[in-house]
Amino acid sequence: MSKRIEVNDLNVYYSKFLAVEGVGLTIEPRSVTAFIGPSGCGKSTFLRTLNRMHEVIPGARVEGQVLVDGDDLYGPGVDPVLVRRQVGMVFQRPNPFPTMSIRENVLAGVSLNNRRMSRSEADELVESSLQGANLWNEVKDRLDRPGSGLSGGQQQRLCIARAIAVSPDILLMDEPCSALDPISTLAIEDLIEELKKEYTIVIVTHNMQQASRVSDRTAFFNIAGTGKPGKLIEYDDTNTIFTQPSVQATEDYVSGRFG
Amino acid sequence: MTAPAPTALIPAKQRPGDRLFSGSALVAGSLILAVLAAVAAFLVIQSVPAVTTDPDDISILRGANIVEYIGPLVFGTVWAAFIALVLAVPVAIGIALFISHYAPRRLAQGLGYIIDLLAAVPSVVFGLWGGNVLAPAIQPLYTWLEQNLGWIPLFAGPASGTGRTILTASVVLAVMILPIITAICREVFLQTPVLHEEAALALGATRWEMIRMAVLPFGRAGIVSASMLGLGRALGETMAVAMVLSASGGITLNLISSSNPSTIAANIALSFPEAYGVNVNVLIASGLVLFAITLLVNTIARIIVNRRKDFSGAN
Repeated sequence: MSKRIEVNDLNVYYSKFLAVEGVGLTIEPRSVTAFIGPSGCGKSTFLRTLNRMHEVIPGARVEGQVLVDGDDLYGPGVDPVLVRRQVGMVFQRPNPFPTMSIRENVLAGVSLNNRRMSRSEADELVESSLQGANLWNEVKDRLDRPGSGLSGGQQQRLCIARAIAVSPDILLMDEPCSALDPISTLAIEDLIEELKKEYTIVIVTHNMQQASRVSDRTAFFNIAGTGKPGKLIEYDDTNTIFTQPSVQATEDYVSGRFG
Repeated sequence: MTAPAPTALIPAKQRPGDRLFSGSALVAGSLILAVLAAVAAFLVIQSVPAVTTDPDDISILRGANIVEYIGPLVFGTVWAAFIALVLAVPVAIGIALFISHYAPRRLAQGLGYIIDLLAAVPSVVFGLWGGNVLAPAIQPLYTWLEQNLGWIPLFAGPASGTGRTILTASVVLAVMILPIITAICREVFLQTPVLHEEAALALGATRWEMIRMAVLPFGRAGIVSASMLGLGRALGETMAVAMVLSASGGITLNLISSSNPSTIAANIALSFPEAYGVNVNVLIASGLVLFAITLLVNTIARIIVNRRKDFSGAN
């Protein structure tokens, strides 16, 4: 289920603009890795290269390697569509499909894989995915209502349910709590703690408390100035990053003294 | 619980600009209602003599009663517009999707302009083209259809020798309504939230699956509205149909024979110059029916759009 990610000397470009330069890191399976850093430092951009969502933007491209259990995602003949089926993603703003019911939303990814499913199998998958996202008890009586009728926090958990319904190897989360209130945030954080038993999770966050609460390892990204590429400054155990970072910039950032 | 004593509403300060604007907005809003009411009143009042007069005294009816006269015209109008819509909507959606999601940006822009340009071509020109170019060119196809697909009632034949059939008229109508449907669909498709498109792509959707999952459901109401606007134009189109179609009256589903129902608008245009007395009222009565059909079509479209309001994404 869960796989190791290895990134070697990755450069990310938007047309000619080098957005992220020379990133290399290894992410262990069944762990939570947090990316922190100031806005515009390329952490979201880098996250999107891990499931090739980056190239949805015209002109965007990468150089370097991203290996998932040894297979290069950017190797010749690799279909980005298949990559995305193995690497799920949750976005900053909850985005359930408004034209679909809660049930259809959960099954959206599975229906893409053209798997023929009996009614009972589908019911089971909907229940287990929603259970997995801690949402089942709240929505089990209204599975045929539109997903957009839920609260923001519930919508985000619905998106997580949708992502895990296809049983990906890796789950990417791009600031999943930044549009949510503290209680919904807590619910998502608890969920991440549970999901980590089965998935490799990578989360981008602006909230340093969140990074220290949920992650095992933390990567700090920074930019030298506007127009300069973002770089990976330091990557270590979360505890180390927040207590004894080896780079001064990291310490300044995590302690709130930056700029 | 005790209700608080109702406090007197404090009137907002009346600013001249606000009053002027709300006044002119009110006038503009009422004007459209007044115009619509005036049109309806004119049609109804003028239609009365057509119904009350003895049918034998009205020369245009040629012995039939008014229902028998207008019936085939209603059929022809709806039938031609319906075929035009069936032909135009899939093509329009295809072009709109190509422009919004497939074509490189520069090509998409150029194509968009060309489509808009098509909307600016006067209907007389379409009529000339349909009658003099399209009809002769498409005639061999009708012969082929009769020979090979004649068992389908639509193509039963005998194939018209001139090609000026209801199908030709519908093709011309389809070309005419294509730009408006395409333009609206394109705008709607471009409005699809990137959020939803990315949600689909991140689940491992191909581009076509993403379109089916995010773009088309989101644009559904827009597609219906666009089609209804197109249908409205097709129902009311006069010149092109009058110039292309060689109408013989009667009701038939046969698309390729030389006996074709006329449409209300084309019939009014062709018959009006020689009409006198109550004959004019009969033509106006057919106009009233057209008015009612258009209203009905729009109402149905609204009902379709509203039926799944919860799922529209507007909430």
